[in-house]
Amino acid sequence: MSPHVILRVVSKLLIPLIALFALYVQFHGDFGPGGGFQAGVIFASAIILYALIFGLDEAKRAIPPSWVRIGMSTGVIIYGGTGVATWLLGGEFLNYTFFAPDSTHAAGQHWGIFAVELGVLCTVASAMVAIFYAFGSRTTELTDEDW
Amino acid sequence: MSNVPPTLILDIGLMAMLVVVAFSVVRLRSLFAIVMLQGVYSLLSAAWFVSLDAVDVAFTEAAVGAGISTVLMLGAMLLTEREAKPVPLQKQLGSLFIVTVTGMALFYAIGDMPAFGDAHSAANAYLGTDYIAATKTDIILPNVVTAVLASYRGFDTFGETVVIFMAGLGIVLLLGLNGHAGKWRAQPKGQDVSNSRGDKS
Repeated sequence: MSPHVILRVVSKLLIPLIALFALYVQFHGDFGPGGGFQAGVIFASAIILYALIFGLDEAKRAIPPSWVRIGMSTGVIIYGGTGVATWLLGGEFLNYTFFAPDSTHAAGQHWGIFAVELGVLCTVASAMVAIFYAFGSRTTELTDEDW
Repeated sequence: MSNVPPTLILDIGLMAMLVVVAFSVVRLRSLFAIVMLQGVYSLLSAAWFVSLDAVDVAFTEAAVGAGISTVLMLGAMLLTEREAKPVPLQKQLGSLFIVTVTGMALFYAIGDMPAFGDAHSAANAYLGTDYIAATKTDIILPNVVTAVLASYRGFDTFGETVVIFMAGLGIVLLLGLNGHAGKWRAQPKGQDVSNSRGDKS
């Protein structure tokens, strides 16, 4: 039985809320403060909090390192792919208007920004978790007395 | 006293706390306490950014500065000592000189800074007003920051995303995600070639 019961219970309540808040920051970024970068960092901090409380091995079971590796590159591909998609639709690189050229309320811009922010979220969250995994894996497990 | 705006009192209080934390970081020897105080410093600056109406920056500062970098500094601290060695006074003179000169240069530059909230400062005139005006018709989003970041300055943000990707990639290549980096040995056809540096020993 681990001694950190309060930490475990409180963080179990908090971690889903932090992840949910990250998604709110991501998808509400068009209307309020926030966006892909902030959302990615907040999402990564939820995973890091999980790893701090329940151990790195548990966190690696929940979010395997291979996901992190794939997520990092997927984000860049989504962002770059949005630019290539606008090329194929006849516009300049990252000129989102060509997603919906006839729209009167700039729907193409909204779709483009949505896709691009999704890519940023993917890369930032995965890169932050990757850096944490890389550093965390090099330290051996500590007992409370080691501090 | 009654006509002092409350935010000014808040700003001065937060700045004073930042100075106190900065001096304690310099004076302390315990690395654990220093890392924690750096987190406190980031949190205080985040609160200060909110009072300056820079909510986006405050967000990022709180998540990156107070959250993730504190954890990363703790991870780095675990790989080294727990206490910083005291530096002899002669070795501190050079750094004191650099810090003093930089501080004086910064104070000298204050005179050229625009007043806080000045509508005619370079950042608020010219291109900034163009973006704010064009967002209403081009992008039709309430948040101009998102419009500038993701659409008008989409190239920059793409570059930033690639920079973060490169940082993650570099860490993964150097350290590995499971701490196995440096222990892997190339063995084509059962021969150990990783240790041979051209000699046959």
